[in-house]
Amino acid sequence: MSDMQDYNSSLADAASRKFETFSYLPAMNSDQIRTQIEYIVSKGWNPSIEHTEPQNASGSYWYMWKLPMFGETDVDAILAECEACKKAHPGNHVRLLGLDNFAQCAGASMVIFRGEAV
Amino acid sequence: MAKKYDAGVKEYRETYWMPEYTPLETDILACFKITPQAGVPREEVAAAVAAESSTGTWTTVWTDLLTDLDYYKGRAYAIEDVPGDDTCFYAFVAYPIDLFEEGSVVNVLTSLVGNVFGFKALRALRLEDIRFPIAYVMTCNGPPQGIQVERDIMNKYGRPMLGCTIKPKLGLSAKNYGRACYEGLRGGLDFTKDDENVNSQPFMRWKHRFDFVMEAIVKAEAETGEKKGHYLNVTAPTADEMMRRAEYAHEIGAPIIMHDFLTGGFSANTQLAQWCQDKGMLLHIHRAMHAVLDRNPHHGIHFRVLTKCLRLSGGDHLHSGTVVGKLEGDRDATLGWIDIMRDSFIKEDRSRGIFFDQDWGSMPGVIPVASGGIHVWHMPALVSIFGDDSVLQFGGGTLGHPWGNAAGAAANRVAVEACVEARNSGRELEKEGKDILTNAAKSSPELKAAMETWKEIKFEFDTVDKLDVSHK
Repeated sequence: MSDMQDYNSSLADAASRKFETFSYLPAMNSDQIRTQIEYIVSKGWNPSIEHTEPQNASGSYWYMWKLPMFGETDVDAILAECEACKKAHPGNHVRLLGLDNFAQCAGASMVIFRGEAV
Repeated sequence: MAKKYDAGVKEYRETYWMPEYTPLETDILACFKITPQAGVPREEVAAAVAAESSTGTWTTVWTDLLTDLDYYKGRAYAIEDVPGDDTCFYAFVAYPIDLFEEGSVVNVLTSLVGNVFGFKALRALRLEDIRFPIAYVMTCNGPPQGIQVERDIMNKYGRPMLGCTIKPKLGLSAKNYGRACYEGLRGGLDFTKDDENVNSQPFMRWKHRFDFVMEAIVKAEAETGEKKGHYLNVTAPTADEMMRRAEYAHEIGAPIIMHDFLTGGFSANTQLAQWCQDKGMLLHIHRAMHAVLDRNPHHGIHFRVLTKCLRLSGGDHLHSGTVVGKLEGDRDATLGWIDIMRDSFIKEDRSRGIFFDQDWGSMPGVIPVASGGIHVWHMPALVSIFGDDSVLQFGGGTLGHPWGNAAGAAANRVAVEACVEARNSGRELEKEGKDILTNAAKSSPELKAAMETWKEIKFEFDTVDKLDVSHK
């Protein structure tokens, strides 16, 4: 039994709370975020940014940061908006979506900046 | 001029072989693979199949003359060689849409795969494909919610979803069963699943199972902050009893239920799917008995036909085969029926076994479920083959983890996310899979242990039912 590990997760520990795609991987660095933005742009999806207080992350609607960036393909411009959202809401989760208007559904959605677990 | 009644037996081809016929856009088209008895001409057998699956019987009857049989009859309009197999041939038959009740897969199958399959002039018969005209598709209810609605309900975007069938498949008490679900869900799975054999046996009656599993879902959601579900199997001895179980699942807040569409039957399945649409519930479809129908390359019904029938009857998930696991499945053919499940228009493509263009219009798609004998080492290939709109389901590959279900679930979740992240970055999953997983395991002891447990398992038997193009 000694080399068996306990699965460390509980209601009491806020760090157990996940936030869907990529939340089981280590937080992304800026190169990785850039790569994912490039992927969203390459798919022809509309980039969109949302954020929330971590304790309110489970609902469908987070706060939209401005409007979705319809037709924006400049990776630096998209990255700059992500940073601006994070700066304005430093304790919040910030997620990046790729909105696929043909499927009428997000093609990608990932938390790129993680707020403090509370 | 009106015809005269002439009693007796006529050759089928005089009436039902029409090589000059151009199918109408509203016709239901079928491609049969026919293995005739020795000495019977192809045209005669093809015409016999068209006759026996539509208006014909073995002899002329006077009541034929009370109707316009030339309108209602099935028409054998083409014959083709089967590549690499001289024992059989393809026959194409067109049926006027008025032969079939609207919205009834039951009625279509009763005609097309009815008495004709026991016909003496045939040694074997296989229904390879059906083209459902959009005019007929529009009369069917189809999948209750569809792929995009499921994503919005479950809040899962940009990756395949993860499931797990609870094992042992029979014999657990309801409370122990709920424990197995809870552990998988808290470890990072999106869904757990009743095994198809689990209905309501003495060792675990359905209501206890539903209650304990729902408690597992509620707690796992609170703990992880993510949406969770469990396919509650409502397959039952009668349709009334099936509906009673479905109603209870809805009452306790379950997001998804499950049905076995072949053993339960298309009539029950269609009823359940329509009810699910009304209630906003998702419907997972299992396919027990399919291999009885679809595995023999010369006789039966090809799985792509069953897939189309299920999409019309209704279901949000359908088991599709894994290509890489323990169960049967040729890669190109599987890709063909995955397209049939998900896309809105599928082009004829013989290299994938697709004989007709199929237009689904606005009918929602079905999510393919890859399940059976798969584990973390298969993850790169699975993500590459199935893409995001899929459920990857690891039973033994979750529960068999040396540290238990939660760790097994976490290993699969880390692996799927690492593969999606790598794919989005432009990396080739099937080539670089080992690197991608090994790197991800550096921050996940659960994945590392899983990779050490399952490294050597492989299933490399040859496929029994291959595409005809690959017969040499």
